[in-house]
Amino acid sequence: MQLTDENLIYSESFPGGAHWSMRMRAGNALRLVDIEGGANVAMLMINPENMLEKYNMPDTLKGQHTFKLTQGNTLFSDMGRAMCSIVEDSFGWHDTATGTCNRRVVEAKWGQSNYQDARNEYLRNGRDSFLIELGKYGLGKRDLAANLNFFTRVEVDDNGNLVWGKNQSKAGDAITLRFEMDAIVIMHTCPHPLNPATAYPRRPIRYEIRDLPVPAMDDECRLARPESERAFENTRLYHQVKGGRS
Amino acid sequence: MIKASSLAAEQASYSVNIPAGDYWMHVVKAGEIFRILDLEGNQAVDTLFYSAADPAERYSATDTIREQGNVYLTAGTKLLSSEGNVLMEIVADTCGRHDTLGGACAAESNTVRYSLAKKCMHSCRDSWLLAIAEQDTFSMSKRDFTHNINFFMNVPVTAAGGLTFEDGISEAGKYVEMLAHMDTIVMISNCPQLNNPCNAYNPTPVEVLIWDAL
Repeated sequence: MQLTDENLIYSESFPGGAHWSMRMRAGNALRLVDIEGGANVAMLMINPENMLEKYNMPDTLKGQHTFKLTQGNTLFSDMGRAMCSIVEDSFGWHDTATGTCNRRVVEAKWGQSNYQDARNEYLRNGRDSFLIELGKYGLGKRDLAANLNFFTRVEVDDNGNLVWGKNQSKAGDAITLRFEMDAIVIMHTCPHPLNPATAYPRRPIRYEIRDLPVPAMDDECRLARPESERAFENTRLYHQVKGGRS
Repeated sequence: MIKASSLAAEQASYSVNIPAGDYWMHVVKAGEIFRILDLEGNQAVDTLFYSAADPAERYSATDTIREQGNVYLTAGTKLLSSEGNVLMEIVADTCGRHDTLGGACAAESNTVRYSLAKKCMHSCRDSWLLAIAEQDTFSMSKRDFTHNINFFMNVPVTAAGGLTFEDGISEAGKYVEMLAHMDTIVMISNCPQLNNPCNAYNPTPVEVLIWDAL
């Protein structure tokens, strides 16, 4: 993948413990950079044309026989389409199975905090962050689903126990998501609920929006597995039918 | 963890046979005990749970596995809701391991996992869609489909981060039993999948039994 000044549309430093959402278009890439190390970017993805179609954790994992996500993996929607693909990743193991922190988790791990006392330094939680951003599109609790946790590595031992990875993300680690179809991206940078840090880890990121060429037929993600190729084909069909003659 | 039940089938206040490929939707009341019995063995039972008082509160696979610190469900597992409350607790289990990462089959996911030609095969999400259409007093839509439990299904995760579908570890007569902590809508698709070993390539009926609160 070529990262050049020419294909950079936008870049922004984004604080830890915060939330945002945006619309990505097919052909855009979203590059996430962990600035200090130890960041967590939690994310949901929704098709703006049919908001019942979302990033689907089980379909993505079982479709690629994987528990972790990294370069070469494609994120599938529940409608069998490639929503976006991971075209660059220096970290190697991103979680999508262990959810996000809610108010209860944040208070138990990192203490009580509110806006009245802490102003904008209050300890935001992931679930409220998702609900606020979902609300901007008329969505709510019923639309919550298993989220992605970029830059967080959660392993599983031989007995199925969850293990906090020894080697978490370092300063400068980056992942690039190339969108194969339009998506509403709902994201926050609140800490992962299994993070053992004794103080609320508020880790900033940078995100870049880039413009990438249409993937070639021999694209790494497309050909990574036959399942991925079929999901790319389903997305191609979706666009061709929408676009009419071409 | 293998843990047998002391309840006798003759004492159950409710029992029903769910044929392969059919759905079942029912409110299990707080205090009742609910059993799923694998009649012929190796049958995946795709199940969703909702608070009957507020169906926006529903089973959360991610919260359940994170809070218990383990990806497999068995006796002792508390099925947590999206609000962090206990919907049900597994109180007996003679199978020993159940999956909640593998999701439910659909026409669309069949096209990805197997081939375009598998699109018209019967699937769990088709069964759920029919369930919510026919049982319209629950006022549900596809919005309410979240990540389910696959009772009796064996989906091991490896230390290297792999995930595989293995032959079932269940057999005829094995069961899993849950105590309802709140009034809970239970929606089952008795899985019709023919393309992987989750049902030993031969979907079979299961039985559901309910015992009154003690």
